[in-house]
Amino acid sequence: MDAAAPRPKENQGEPLPRVDARLKVTGQAHYPADLPTANLAYGALATSRIAKGRVTKLRLDDARAVPGLLDIVTYGDMDKVDKPKFGNSGATSIGPLHDRTIFHDGQIIALAVAETFEAAEEAAQLIRAEYEEEKPTASFDSPGTKTVAAAGKSPMFKEDVKAGDFDAAFAAAAVKIDQRYSTPTQHHNPIELFSTTAYWQGDQLVVHEPSQNVTGWKVELARQLKMDPANVRIVSPFIGGAFGSKGPMTPRTAIVAVAAKRLGRPVRCVTSRMQAFGTQTYRAETRHRIRIGAGKDGRITAFAHEGWEVTSRPDLYVVGGTSATGRMYGYGSVLTHVSLVQADRNTPGYMRSPPETPYVYALENAMDEMAVALGMDPVEFRRINEPKTEPIGKKPFSSRSLIQCYDQAAAAFGWAKRDPKVGAMRDGDWLVGMGCATAIYPSAVAPCAARVRLTSDGEVRVQCGSHEIGTGIRTVAGQMASERLGVAIDKISVEMGDSGLPPAPVSGGSISTASVCSAVLKACDAIRSKLFAAATAEGSPLAGSHNEEFDLADGKIVAKSGASAKVEDVMKIMQVGAIEEYAEFAPKGATPEALKKLYAGTPEFHGGEQDEDSVKYAFGAEFVEVRINRYTREIRVPRIVGAFAAGRIMNTRTARSQLMGGMIWGIGQALHEATEVDRRYARYVNRDLQDYLVPVNADIKDLQVILVPEVDHAVNPAGVKGLGELGNVGTAAAVASAVYHATGKRIRDLPIRIEQLLA
Amino acid sequence: MRPFVYEQPTDISTAVAIASRFATDDDQPTRANAQFIAGGTNLADYMKLGVAEPNHLLDLNQLKEAALRQIQVTDGGIRFGALVRMGEAADHAEVNRRYPVIADSLRLAASGQIRNMASLAGNVLQRTRCEYFRETSWQCNKRVPGSGCAAMDGFNRQHAVLGVSDACIATYHGDFAQALIALDAVVHAEGGHGARKIPFAKLHRQPRDTPHVETDLAAEEIITAIEVPAIPWARRSLYLKIRDRESYAFALASAAVALDLDGETVREARIALGGVATVPWRAGAAEEALQGKKLDEASAGAAADAAFAGAHPRQHNAFKIELGKRTLVRALLETRDMKV
Ligand SMILES: Cc1cc2nc3c(=O)[nH]c(=O)nc-3n(C[C@H](O)[C@H](O)[C@H](O)COP(=O)(O)OP(=O)(O)OC[C@H]3O[C@@H](n4cnc5c(N)ncnc54)[C@H](O)[C@@H]3O)c2cc1C
Ligand code: SF4
Repeated sequence: MDAAAPRPKENQGEPLPRVDARLKVTGQAHYPADLPTANLAYGALATSRIAKGRVTKLRLDDARAVPGLLDIVTYGDMDKVDKPKFGNSGATSIGPLHDRTIFHDGQIIALAVAETFEAAEEAAQLIRAEYEEEKPTASFDSPGTKTVAAAGKSPMFKEDVKAGDFDAAFAAAAVKIDQRYSTPTQHHNPIELFSTTAYWQGDQLVVHEPSQNVTGWKVELARQLKMDPANVRIVSPFIGGAFGSKGPMTPRTAIVAVAAKRLGRPVRCVTSRMQAFGTQTYRAETRHRIRIGAGKDGRITAFAHEGWEVTSRPDLYVVGGTSATGRMYGYGSVLTHVSLVQADRNTPGYMRSPPETPYVYALENAMDEMAVALGMDPVEFRRINEPKTEPIGKKPFSSRSLIQCYDQAAAAFGWAKRDPKVGAMRDGDWLVGMGCATAIYPSAVAPCAARVRLTSDGEVRVQCGSHEIGTGIRTVAGQMASERLGVAIDKISVEMGDSGLPPAPVSGGSISTASVCSAVLKACDAIRSKLFAAATAEGSPLAGSHNEEFDLADGKIVAKSGASAKVEDVMKIMQVGAIEEYAEFAPKGATPEALKKLYAGTPEFHGGEQDEDSVKYAFGAEFVEVRINRYTREIRVPRIVGAFAAGRIMNTRTARSQLMGGMIWGIGQALHEATEVDRRYARYVNRDLQDYLVPVNADIKDLQVILVPEVDHAVNPAGVKGLGELGNVGTAAAVASAVYHATGKRIRDLPIRIEQLLA
Repeated sequence: MRPFVYEQPTDISTAVAIASRFATDDDQPTRANAQFIAGGTNLADYMKLGVAEPNHLLDLNQLKEAALRQIQVTDGGIRFGALVRMGEAADHAEVNRRYPVIADSLRLAASGQIRNMASLAGNVLQRTRCEYFRETSWQCNKRVPGSGCAAMDGFNRQHAVLGVSDACIATYHGDFAQALIALDAVVHAEGGHGARKIPFAKLHRQPRDTPHVETDLAAEEIITAIEVPAIPWARRSLYLKIRDRESYAFALASAAVALDLDGETVREARIALGGVATVPWRAGAAEEALQGKKLDEASAGAAADAAFAGAHPRQHNAFKIELGKRTLVRALLETRDMKV
């Protein structure tokens, strides 16, 4: 086995290659904008160049004169359609063509549709808008922001968690820190650009668009278009980079659907990379104040985390990572508060581990500062503060293997060789620094439906309206069926990414593997029960035995005793050619409406900190080595090691790949990624991959992922904790700690850049 | 994207003749009706963005003159044909042996794919990546003369501190040009008035109050070759490029250095600075400061101070002065320590 396919340990599944790997690397996987569509017309967006004001006039003559132009959809043309709604399925409540008000830079002002992509682009560039401009508010510290308390503004963020008397404990603490941290604006830049293709078949609408939430979108799009959801179909077989960007539907989808209806032919609109900065969601900038008080023994007695997050004027998008940071360690007392700061910006949205990435960055950078203040090894400091129960509700953790993660990662990294003295480690002209941080992510699960069919000749089809966003969910769902039905993976086909399939929840919050596998498991077990019942019935080959003693293997029902019967023969007795089961999985604690809500595209999430019996989190520990040039101060990361425990690992290959990708992104968050906002105009400046930096291959050297075995029966029937969003939590803090160790400079504002280290 | 006529002239004089037909005397190459395209990695990008708007595109890749695609090593130095690709020049054994600074500057630029597409003449003529220039909704004196400069008080971390004017502070981002200007390269061009040679240092123009005038070339003039003189001691030379990530990024600061040493004493130094200036930047004051001196951290530091004596920072790029100095110091010491 090579590094990409780690040998499975206890409670870990085989590193099967992805079932769609060949399709992907040979270019045969059709992403939504690649799906062959006849008689296509092409759409291109025109967007505003101001962030606040009104469009007073649109001059369309030049655009209309472009040869091949077919239509322009703009103000007035969406009046018969309802405005979008902001929520899980909707990116914003702004209906850009419903209203001439401009709420943000890059807001859609028209869609030009033409016979060719080039003509559409040209026409869009020739659409001239006149504006009544107002001075916009760009961000924190800009005049005109409005600050509101976040608690209760989102169903995902109900309260500011607290415990004990923070003020008293902090006042009394022997050692304390009080520091501020910040994270920058970050934009989704998947290589697959955002796109919508829409066409009508009579009164049926079909939309091809990369989506993490086909069921939610079907319902929301039908609402906007005043249609029966049964007449709307969202198709998204492959998604090239999602990470939350393709979770909520944007206003573009309905606009393209309207254009297709007006023209009576399919319309495809692929937004440019520049336009995506204003028309899609993104991670807004955050600020943090953290206070930690501890005794000389290193035990934390007081922890306060205040957060500020930018959002748009019309929509209160909440990140709210304090529910995780407030439960991370065994603090004596906890005080948290999250505020939303409204500015003239587009509505932010989910980006990989939306709450944890910024909030845990702040916490973990502070933890390292605290370890320094205490004169304590940062790993030891975490060990000392390992809790028995979480500090807010005093509930147990369903499982918590943080210290095992620290121990295994530290050993692999060689932490023992670190000289704790700042600036003490050198390699020629390079200063060497080492740092570490904790990763945490709530283990949630949601209702999910799946249909599984086993044929008498041993073929299996799994159908589930979940989404292959690159995680390998098709493969692991197939593995689950393979294991339960005793059928080799190459006899299993898995269909996903179509709202015509049994509904699955949004592929967000790292719930997919747990939710989908639990539903597939349930459907498979129903097939097993039918087969076992038939096989043991009067006159059948295994008559007289008990169900529990059977398993399915290689097309046979095998009893513990060794007796067996071919599935094919049992189906003959049953007089069926296939058994198909439709299963609806609802997690423990689900409300009576939970399944109804799944079909309505508004699934409930359970787990994390929401359950009565315990809190459920996956944990990890990351160690980073940095090198900083003595003269020029550029920062390089030659080594990174992460150890993670996340319950049952379905497939060590896909799990490692997720965690590795997360760690790489974390390095990018530490050192590269930031959208620059021109504060005068509230406009994004670096809207392309030349200036919006992410790590390239040369930036990533020695990277090691350790999968720490963990068994957790409480999380969900599949025993799986999501890990898709775990890997990039904490990484940036580990880098910041390593930079401090190398240079003695504590950088609290991301990204860490050369200029911060020059002085 | 606007429609345009695409032509593939097959010899230099025809290409010049076609271009002349569309050009007026004071036409800038970057604003002319007819423009040349080589690798297209810069021009096609700017056409898509609506920054460049030629109505006629003259593709140079079918020109039949063989020398355009050749690297010729002569007693007098090395002559690079204008259409030689960056990747080819970077890998050329004699270039690596004689002028490490040239090979480095090409190897550290862009990505493998771009280096395989991009020509050497196109490379030296690449236009700035100023974010406000790249996007037509901003005010930009270089793109629309007299419209103002959005970068001046905007987000200008990338921008230049040397050779700036009140009209424009856009950085010249190319790497290869720094090696060329340090080595006193000469540009061969052919135009409506015949062939001529241009000292590389005269090719680019500082922005002053006409930032849209970027080079000394006439609209119909084609660069045919770049010649680098023989400098035996240039084997002790290197290009150091400092950037936010390890590859595929433009320089925040860079230094092209070649040294003629007598023991540790500098007989002659050649220094150019990238990432910090509006044009390829020869640091003459730094060269003078080093002449006849023992090269150590102190003398290198003094040279670096001299190089940045006239620097003008704006809000977000002040760090480039300190970074530029340190880059030069490091480059000088690393060049001194080269085993040649
Ligand atoms: C993502 C990215 C990263 C990059 N990174 C770097 C980097 O790190 N360092 C670096 O130095 N460069 C970098 N570049 C720039 C790249 O090197 C240039 O785009 C390339 O060298 C231009 O060469 P070309 O042949 O493609 O030119 P073209 O795009 O074809 O032409 C560029 C200009 O030169 C003119 N022209 C071309 N040939 C001639 C000729 N023979 N005579 C007269 N005029 C001519 C054209 O009219 C045009 O104005 C990067 C580019 C990209 C896209
Ligand atoms: S710096 Fe120069 S190129 Fe950039 S916006 Fe100003 S004038 Fe234009």
